Amino acid sequence: MKLPAKFTACILASSALAACATTDGIDRSSASSSAAAETGTPYASTYRAYPGRPTALVGATVFDGTGGRIDKGTVLFREGKVVAVGDSSLSTEGYDRMDAGGKFVTPGIIDIHSHLGDYPTPSVEAHSDGNEATSPTTPEVWAEHSVWPQDPGFSRALANGGVTSLQILPGSANLTGGRTVTLKNVAARTVQGMKFPGAPYGMKMACGENPKRVYGGRGRMPSTRMGNFAVNRQMWLDAQAYDGEKRDLGMETLKGVLDGEILIHNHCYRADEMALVMDMAKEMGYKVTAFHHAVEAYKIGDLLRENDVCSAIWADWYGFKMEAYDGILENAALLNQAGACVVIHSDDANGIQRLNQEAAKAQAAGRRMGMDISDGDVIGWITLNAAKAMGIADQTGSLEAGKMADVVLWNGDPLSVYSRPEKVWIDGALMFDALDRKRRPVSDFELGQPGEGDVK
Amino acid sequence: MIKRTLLAAVAACAIAVPAAAQDFTITNATVATGDGSEPIENGHVVVRGGKVVSVGAGAPPSGGTAIDAEGRWVTPGLFATVTALGLWDVGAVSESNDTRAGDSPFSAALDAAPAINPNSQHILVHRAAGVTRATSVTMPSSSIFGGQGAIIDLGADPQAVVRPRAFQVVALGEAGARLAGGSRTATHALLRNALREASQFGEDASIPGRASRPADVRTGDDLPIDPRMTGDDAARGDDVLLTRFDAAALVPVVRGEQPVYVAVERASDIRSVLALRNDFPGLDLVLVGASEGWLVAREIATAGVPVIADGLDDLPENFEELASTQSNIGRMVAAGVKVAINASSMQNPRNLNQYAGNLVALARLPGASGLSWGQAFAAITSIPAEISGMGGRAGVLAPDAAGDVVIWDGDPLELGAMPVRVFIDGVEQPLDNHQSRLKERYRDLDESGLPKAYDW
Repeated sequence: MKLPAKFTACILASSALAACATTDGIDRSSASSSAAAETGTPYASTYRAYPGRPTALVGATVFDGTGGRIDKGTVLFREGKVVAVGDSSLSTEGYDRMDAGGKFVTPGIIDIHSHLGDYPTPSVEAHSDGNEATSPTTPEVWAEHSVWPQDPGFSRALANGGVTSLQILPGSANLTGGRTVTLKNVAARTVQGMKFPGAPYGMKMACGENPKRVYGGRGRMPSTRMGNFAVNRQMWLDAQAYDGEKRDLGMETLKGVLDGEILIHNHCYRADEMALVMDMAKEMGYKVTAFHHAVEAYKIGDLLRENDVCSAIWADWYGFKMEAYDGILENAALLNQAGACVVIHSDDANGIQRLNQEAAKAQAAGRRMGMDISDGDVIGWITLNAAKAMGIADQTGSLEAGKMADVVLWNGDPLSVYSRPEKVWIDGALMFDALDRKRRPVSDFELGQPGEGDVK
Repeated sequence: MIKRTLLAAVAACAIAVPAAAQDFTITNATVATGDGSEPIENGHVVVRGGKVVSVGAGAPPSGGTAIDAEGRWVTPGLFATVTALGLWDVGAVSESNDTRAGDSPFSAALDAAPAINPNSQHILVHRAAGVTRATSVTMPSSSIFGGQGAIIDLGADPQAVVRPRAFQVVALGEAGARLAGGSRTATHALLRNALREASQFGEDASIPGRASRPADVRTGDDLPIDPRMTGDDAARGDDVLLTRFDAAALVPVVRGEQPVYVAVERASDIRSVLALRNDFPGLDLVLVGASEGWLVAREIATAGVPVIADGLDDLPENFEELASTQSNIGRMVAAGVKVAINASSMQNPRNLNQYAGNLVALARLPGASGLSWGQAFAAITSIPAEISGMGGRAGVLAPDAAGDVVIWDGDPLELGAMPVRVFIDGVEQPLDNHQSRLKERYRDLDESGLPKAYDW
């Protein structure tokens, strides 16, 4: 009964935003020098890892995020970092040994496309903070300024989806929606307390139906796809001419894109339109990091590979709008076959709880077509590939020594519908434990309400 | 143009001519009958004359075409209840979308049956996903009444509608309140008045059917309810709000001859729905949504009212779903409530098996409530069929049930499971559709000889 409302939300709200390339100023105790150099960045991250125990997960099937798989593997982490991943010969001395026999370990799941916090639940009008739909070009807005840290959706993504990092994007009403923000999925009183230290900003752009409908419907430009491009090209020309003498928030973001510091996340469905956008990027001197939704990406896997652009896609959404009419289950598998980068995204407060399941459905569709994609590679679609496209792959997204200990212990194969996260660590701190009812976050909003602290 | 369209239509008809029902015997199968029981190893299914004649373990009675399932899963087709299958092409293309009629002067009288298009791609796509029957209905939009839903089969033949006007839909709770004038109080006044008018209209028109019992007027603790607001003897005065057509459509509802599907979420709203039978004892109630059903599970069970529940809602999407949890269905079933999974609670109904699989996963999670495999599968087969009035005839493999049989490529609740063969009423079904054709065209991106447009 609620589907139509959800359709409306996804039609209007979906899409990514791009932001600028500065890093957050303050790093944790093990701060890198590059992060420290950014001191002075506004709204800097204040996130600190919570305390954790040196932990050895022993005997699990390990998918490391890079495509690798280790049976009866051992994963060691301490002081917030992965120390080693290997087979049973790894010494666990000095670590709390946890028997993970029969279970599975993956890197923390990463959602490259979320609106949690910007479109929080309850989904009331007062919470509709995801689209600054008053102008088709709003590079000056930052998604982080809309994030409500008390959105109960963060906790569901953690407990049911094993999501440890996520990118929050402005909606897709605008051609240029504003800056994205990357968060650690750690409950905090402020958005600064969630910001992923050192993550580059992104900037959200949107092709196609949404901008022309929203603004054409108001009798203003753009009302056509050619109008979309005209507005965009002029925006880039103006940005190229920006000299920074008089500060301009929007121009600072666009300049960040042109300087390669801010990553472009471009909502776009149709293959022909994505091809045009990639040429616009060449014309104007920037790079598209990822197309989001990209339901027709399978038609141009070769172009996407050649241009080194990721496709952040659903497993099976289709048909809800004209530009989604050609969505097929095999999108991911065909892109993978073409050698293009695949990321499975959610764009949805429910879907983010099941990214592993969406990836598995996409894998199965490929298998039926004769394309066998390994489980390890499929886990990469929701971990390392997402991290790469968000510019945080040097810090998370895989279980490799020195990276953040963002780790999920699953009670079974994460590519099976019958499995759920049993424990989730973020920077080595245990932030969810299915076996400990108090080890789950409960937002302020849910305190004293029916179902407070329920399994959800 | 007209000629071309006609020719195309003729060609389409030629392709769509259904094969005759065939007699067949499937052996060597893992048979899940859909009745809640666990799967039968090395089972058989025999279909003759379009109906199931034998199901079970061991050697079957011989007859018809022999099909060796080679150990594969064989089940009844999925029964997707509360869908828009056949009523839309593209969600956001309003002229192709018959799921809402907000500008119509009619509401309860809206009848899905004549609008169902058996050639809809969504019917083709869902047939290929193992859905063989569904209920389709328009959503409440011009009033709290959505109209009369149809039971359809997804067979490749012109006769999609199995039973027209199978149930009425009414929205209560927040959605109903907005439609009724802005408050739940308006919803209840509108609903009670409508039922009163329908009751009287039925008497006046001498529409044949069972007479309702005299109203069982409850007086509460002080003020009695005016019998004109409840009873059969209510005078048809000047305050008539329903069109005659709508009043006529509600006559079978108030008499209990047609089930009424009530969309409702909050625990207190569910109680108010159950209490309607104090004043309108004939109502054949079905709850749809019921995200807080677990809070009132015993009352629902005692009332004997079945529920078509949102499968995995666990967010406080609005203030009427504060207590929502994925354990809702498991808890209701444990309390003795008959529960089917609501197909309109997911991105599209082909995710029904994924949702059911998730309920099995919950049974393994400490503190959560889930279902056994057999229970979960029944929630997408026999139970929605029973709620729809098709008990024993659809959604189940049992003697005399329709020959709706699916042979799967794996555990049908597992991620990405798809049918290998689909039979409806004993007729083997084509599984091609727009999506499968796109998939084949773009299996490779080779255009060295001719454009992709020639690849068909």
